[in-house]
Amino acid sequence: MFNKDRWKEILEVLTTNWFRTVLTAFGVFWGIFILIVLLAAGKGLENGINADFGDIATNTMFMWTRRTTKPYEGLPQDRRFEFQREDVQTIRDNVPNLRFISPRNQLGGFSSGGNNVVRGLNAGAYNVYGDYPEIINQDPMTVTSGRFINYNDINEKRKVAIIGQGVRNDLYEKGEEVLGTYIKIQGVNFLVVGTYKKNTSDGGEEAQKEIFVPFTAFSQAFNRGEEVGWMAITAHDGSSISVLKEKIVQVMKKKHKVHPEDNRAIGYFDLYEQYNRVESLFAGIRWIAIIVGTFVLISGIIGVSNIMLIVVKERTKEIGIRRALGESPWSIKKQILMESIFLTIISGMTGIVFGALIIYGINSLLDSVGPVDMFLNPSVSVGVVASALTVLIISGLLAGFIPANSAIRVRPIEALRNE
Amino acid sequence: MIEIKDLHKSYKMGSNSLHVLKGINFTCEDGELVAIMGSSGSGKSTLLNILGMLDGADSGEYILDGVPIKDLNETKAAQYRNKFLGFVFQSFNLINYKNALENVALPLYYQRVGRKERQEKALNYLERVGLKEWATHLPSELSGGQKQRVAIARAMAAEPKVLLADEPTGALDSKTSYEVMDLIQKINDEGNTILVVTHEEDIAHMCKRIVHLRDGVIVEDKKIEQVRAESYVQ
Repeated sequence: MFNKDRWKEILEVLTTNWFRTVLTAFGVFWGIFILIVLLAAGKGLENGINADFGDIATNTMFMWTRRTTKPYEGLPQDRRFEFQREDVQTIRDNVPNLRFISPRNQLGGFSSGGNNVVRGLNAGAYNVYGDYPEIINQDPMTVTSGRFINYNDINEKRKVAIIGQGVRNDLYEKGEEVLGTYIKIQGVNFLVVGTYKKNTSDGGEEAQKEIFVPFTAFSQAFNRGEEVGWMAITAHDGSSISVLKEKIVQVMKKKHKVHPEDNRAIGYFDLYEQYNRVESLFAGIRWIAIIVGTFVLISGIIGVSNIMLIVVKERTKEIGIRRALGESPWSIKKQILMESIFLTIISGMTGIVFGALIIYGINSLLDSVGPVDMFLNPSVSVGVVASALTVLIISGLLAGFIPANSAIRVRPIEALRNE
Repeated sequence: MIEIKDLHKSYKMGSNSLHVLKGINFTCEDGELVAIMGSSGSGKSTLLNILGMLDGADSGEYILDGVPIKDLNETKAAQYRNKFLGFVFQSFNLINYKNALENVALPLYYQRVGRKERQEKALNYLERVGLKEWATHLPSELSGGQKQRVAIARAMAAEPKVLLADEPTGALDSKTSYEVMDLIQKINDEGNTILVVTHEEDIAHMCKRIVHLRDGVIVEDKKIEQVRAESYVQ
């Protein structure tokens, strides 16, 4: 393998006809290049969408009440009902493997359009949420100053608020101290104890314009009693919320005397299912990339095999001479195989390097123009590159196999007669 | 050195079979210089190919230096060729992208001689055929006579038992032919066994023994007075 003379010979043979060698190499180069770039583009798309999901716990569902559509146990159809705070405990008691159950209430946003928050002369329309401390795990945000809601706030029904960067920019002067000031939410004063910033890219401005207050304080201030607007439920990592949600909805139906077959009384949104759908889309894209890349690569390899056949044909006489001089058939076979593998690997490596350069270029372009929607950090893993190399070596072997066999099938006497 | 008994060989040409060698009996002692003559189609090249293990016989015995040559697979044949035989061809058959020195060193490479020793030996043989200064030249930069001398050096480099020359002067003018024959005679003087296939009378008479082939059989086998090629070379 590491025989200087053999390598010298391989180089001699391949450099004799530069143009042909380069054209042949281009086939393989192009195949692996396309493969790498396609995979990286798929990955970029995937990263982009994943960034849109952000840090949101994806194993999560949201659940809210609607009107019943079936009469049940003497109760009429079209009945309104609301989740209650005790429902959280009911779910916890009946459904295992749930990590967080956060009851939530909400003001503003899609329910009403007008300004609901006032500070001095400034006013704005924001989403105001009554929440438990756990919500920060389900809808992650970075607390940039002060603190988030804690259980003392919940227990003592403290009227405190954590506001987003967007709210702060609207209601405060630049550089003004925020912590310790009061804002008036629908006429009720809340003490600002923290500011946050969300890192999800899709929420954009809107995601920074939210206000979080303790659930209990919200209920008291805005007359919600024990009512719960909606719930965010996250399962433990091992179990899928898509499986558990049936059980949860069932438990809620039973508790609120909803007909078991009334599918419209409780609305829910399964984030995990959406996420999975997107995930499987990416798996599809990845497969398409692999298949397309592989086919292009195969055509490149057929090209190599073809050229090696021609090379062998051209060198029939030389091979005859070598055999007359006593070179063993296996040695000739090895020579042809190594030429083929060498050519394949060199051109494949060039393809990988070029692909990597293109990816690098696109990355730095993305960095300089800022984030592009649904596309982020295209890349290929070392594993992909390693398996591409393995494929190259094997395909080099395959490409050389037929020509090498045809090289030693010619008997030396016939090879020498060929003049 | 060479012993052949009742050698037969025929080629299949479609449905016909062409009987080329019809029972050849031939022995050759160590140090002989034998010319094998015959018109084209007489089977002389076929005989040489069988002697050179480039082709197999249909029946008959072939013993080379005490080793019976039969049922060879290609790997074995390649080994024997490398060890026992040196070839000189009419069309030189040098490898055209290798220079003279590399061409001569080739059989040594197949013998797994180390790189340095290989170079030394090859250079030594090139010197003996008078082409040391041309060592780094490609075959395309050499004249016909020079090419044949390189080919002879290559054939000798492996130190074979027998040198087989198939029309070694066939592609050369008479002056160059004599130079090549002079070289072959000198190699023979050192005790090497050489078989030369030729159809040229004057070349044949520079050997020590002439074997005439006609229609696949030996019709004449005589020892002759050798004509030295030196006398034609200035």
